[in-house]
Amino acid sequence: MTTTTLPAAACEQTPQSSAQALRQNLARNLRKLVRNPLSVAGLVVIGALLLLAAFAPWIATHDPLAQDLANTLKAPDAAHWFGTDEYGRDIFSRLVYGSRITLYIISLVTVIVGPVGLAIGVISGYFGGWVDTVFMRITDIFISFPGLVLALAFVAALGPGLDHAVIAIALTAWPPIARLARAETLSLRKADYIVAVQLQGASATRILLRHVAPMCLSSVVVRLTMNMAGIILTAAGLGFLGLGAQPPVPEWGAMISAGRRYMLECWWLVAMPGAAIMFASLAFNLFGDGMRDVLDPRSE
Amino acid sequence: MAMIEVDKLNLSFGEGAEANQVLHDVCFDVGDGEAFGLVGESGSGKTTVLRCLAGQYSHWSGSLAINSERLGRKLDKARCRKLQMVFQDPYGSLHPRHTVETALSEPLAIHGITDASRRIDSILTKVGLPTNFRYRYPHQLSGGQRQRVAIARALILEPRILLLDEPTSALDVSVQAEILNLLADLRKQEGLTYLLVTHDLGVVAHLCDRVAVMQQGRIVDLIESASLVGAVPEHPYTRMLVEASRHYSREMAEVGADLTPAEAV
Amino acid sequence: MMNQTNQPLLQVEDLRVSFTSGGALVDAVRGVSFSLGREKLAIVGESGSGKSTVGRTLLRLHPKSARITASKMQFGDIDLATCSEKTMQSIRGQRMSMIMQDPKYSLNPVMRVGDQIAEAYLAHHKVARAEANQRALAMLEAVRIRDPQRVFRMYPHEVSGGMGQRIMIAMMLITEPEVVIADEPTSALDVSVRLQVLATLDDLVSKRGLGLIFISHDLNLVRSFCDRVLVMYAGRVVESIAASDLDNAKHPYTQGLLASLPSVDQRRERLPVLQRDPAWLTQPIGA
Repeated sequence: MTTTTLPAAACEQTPQSSAQALRQNLARNLRKLVRNPLSVAGLVVIGALLLLAAFAPWIATHDPLAQDLANTLKAPDAAHWFGTDEYGRDIFSRLVYGSRITLYIISLVTVIVGPVGLAIGVISGYFGGWVDTVFMRITDIFISFPGLVLALAFVAALGPGLDHAVIAIALTAWPPIARLARAETLSLRKADYIVAVQLQGASATRILLRHVAPMCLSSVVVRLTMNMAGIILTAAGLGFLGLGAQPPVPEWGAMISAGRRYMLECWWLVAMPGAAIMFASLAFNLFGDGMRDVLDPRSE
Repeated sequence: MAMIEVDKLNLSFGEGAEANQVLHDVCFDVGDGEAFGLVGESGSGKTTVLRCLAGQYSHWSGSLAINSERLGRKLDKARCRKLQMVFQDPYGSLHPRHTVETALSEPLAIHGITDASRRIDSILTKVGLPTNFRYRYPHQLSGGQRQRVAIARALILEPRILLLDEPTSALDVSVQAEILNLLADLRKQEGLTYLLVTHDLGVVAHLCDRVAVMQQGRIVDLIESASLVGAVPEHPYTRMLVEASRHYSREMAEVGADLTPAEAV
Repeated sequence: MMNQTNQPLLQVEDLRVSFTSGGALVDAVRGVSFSLGREKLAIVGESGSGKSTVGRTLLRLHPKSARITASKMQFGDIDLATCSEKTMQSIRGQRMSMIMQDPKYSLNPVMRVGDQIAEAYLAHHKVARAEANQRALAMLEAVRIRDPQRVFRMYPHEVSGGMGQRIMIAMMLITEPEVVIADEPTSALDVSVRLQVLATLDDLVSKRGLGLIFISHDLNLVRSFCDRVLVMYAGRVVESIAASDLDNAKHPYTQGLLASLPSVDQRRERLPVLQRDPAWLTQPIGA
């Protein structure tokens, strides 16, 4: 608090190269993330999910598709940790393989939605005028339908299937990202450092790519992480309605849907995939919260 | 010879009956190597004049010229190499995620200038910063250091003119003195022309040779700084500003009340 | 200005404030002592000197992470350091009030300004609404607002910065406090408006015999506006001096600050730059 001491961050050793500066920056962010136990918990669950998906063949105790009609609807025991379903398939193994599908959907949707939303938002916020009007009215149209209903309509038009579900979810997920990026851009557009690069003769593309987009990136990443929970739920919802992954693929939502006929007698058929969905989406939410604390430019 | 010529500059925002004219026939010349000040209160249009020169507004009328070349309405790369700007808020004028090196190499990259590393070292030395500061982020710098970086960024394209928008008003007085000294030294070394906008008469009188006083979009008085020493200016508004910069007094408060529009009080 | 009594309104001895920030303890105020009579006392210093922290601590408006110790913080018959939060609430706004830098952030945007002033009065006095309104109108007149009836019904966004600051002053003075703390009350205002707001404050302070703590970074202003000046550096008062005597300041920091001010009356090639002496951080006050 005194004029004689430099800002706290400057007390670190003065970086001697850009790589070192970047490293210090990363280390500082990591320290901030680790300080919040809930986001660490989220990170751990996400990490476990990734491991599960990567090493599914070694972790799974049974073949997820192998039917065993002698052992249908068995309650959880030593042989089948989470019990078996109506065809005698091991639920634990199906959940382990199902994590691959969930992660596939999440990553594909994020890879589509992030850049598209960011680009549309940044362009419409920076240029304003008719560009903004056109882009934002399109966004309004997409945003005025409930996500699941819109996704349903698309899948109905394209036909059921995992890839179509991904496209449908992506179509419903980009508008909030675009709006967020636009709002950030609007507040940045008049910032002195943007005016300064304009005055250096930078082209609009250069300003957007190197100066505006990186500033929006952090809030977009946070938003995307939080959205992942929603994506998991939408994917499960589509699966439940039979419009996502098709049987016998062990998609979590589809598993609940198939299990609901036996729900009253055999709780594990829905409880296990339900818990998996809950933990996964909770983990992404917690991690997203932690990311916001770390990356929010306003917190600096 | 005039470096900056502003002739009958007019600017209004809005259209028709709602139009709000913020500049009324602003005329002044700044000589080569001169430091010229624009003082005024908020809403006087002083910053707007600067932003017209910096190409931030394009719908002005009148004529602007630099080094006898008339300026177009669009900001082009040639103008960027002739004039640069230093902003008021050292916290808002540096990109928070760019290191000093990135901030300084950006203008060089835009203009295709090579040997960036050598130029960055030399400009950092010139503004009185150690060369190993190039890898710092803005949040690792104090306010005065940030303003030095901002000045370095403005000078790296070697412009002839610096537009200074309240460059020290966000700084503590002891830091302000350092920055004002730096600006004075740089002008002498590089033969720069300054156009300084401020509300602080002390700052403008210290740094500038001539001062234009602006009020509600018009230049109401033009004075030599040297003539202000111990003097009572003739123009009542200038007199109020000068007296207020010297000390607080009851009488000046009454004069101030008569000089400001009723709705502002 | 000490026309009524010589008994100090406020006595502070060895005030220390520290904050925990990022795991480290930062000392913001390190042993500040002063007393305030019915006068205009300035606390000047650069950013980070702890001058605003002192003002906030007197009203106990500091963040929760702050640790405060003082051997004495006597306000009339109350010790501010130890009294209960309830006592504090009866003091805050009633017997001691604070004017902030920017009225834009201190006025409630959805309430008419007249109502806000009346509300401030009602919070501490059991009177009828009509009487409170009457007093609010009188107060608006006292801060020399030209058309108090009209301004009474305005919303904060409809008034200018100068008028907003007058309204803040009206609101803070309507409860007739004994001590007013003004934290940079005019730094957000233009020169001409600033002078008028200061004149208003000046009149009210002398007429009502208040104690005013005027926190500012502007030595030039303080020198002509206040009676006495405390110069703070790095959380300590390095010099306490009569405002009229500032030219003869003893401490090198005060001298350096004064010298580094650019002035219309002194043409200098370069401004002298303040050389900070580490000894200022530790040497006993008045040395």
